[in-house]
Amino acid sequence: MQLARVIGEVVSSMKDANLVGTLLVLQPIAASGAPAGRTLVALDSVGAGVGEHVFFVRGREAAFPFYPAEPPIDAAVIGIVDHWDVE
Amino acid sequence: MIVAKIVGTVVATRKDERLVSNKLLIARPIDPYGKAEGTYLVAVDTVDAGFGETVLIVSGSSARMASGMKDCPVDAAIVGIIDTIQVKEHDG
Repeated sequence: MQLARVIGEVVSSMKDANLVGTLLVLQPIAASGAPAGRTLVALDSVGAGVGEHVFFVRGREAAFPFYPAEPPIDAAVIGIVDHWDVE
Repeated sequence: MIVAKIVGTVVATRKDERLVSNKLLIARPIDPYGKAEGTYLVAVDTVDAGFGETVLIVSGSSARMASGMKDCPVDAAIVGIIDTIQVKEHDG
């Protein structure tokens, strides 16, 4: 999993029938909160919104939160971060 | 998933039989602000996308979960045509 900040939303009406839910634009971040890496689009499973810090999972496992549905996704937001500490 | 713009098509007569009757498109990944980034890729179209459209591409083994792609040898599939991208926070 990786930390990210939600920076936007994607709207798509012509899409795969199993691709249901909110598509969020994520900017992965480092522990410092600074942007780290390319932005990506992830399907939301926890009700996150723009401006929030979240963590997300990549790969085939991204579809698991939506079981028994199998959306064709390779990234899903699976948690909203309240705060984090780095020693 | 990544956002990409369709920049071309691929025609291949000889290909894996599970790819027969699928449309292959050349896509250029872009960032949410529309700037091109990274290298071109070939993706299977499952939503009837066309030249110049902005699309959503799923990569890796998840691409096989796209409609009609079960057990197909694909690692990139177009699963949505993007109407708009709203970015409310710009952090470069």
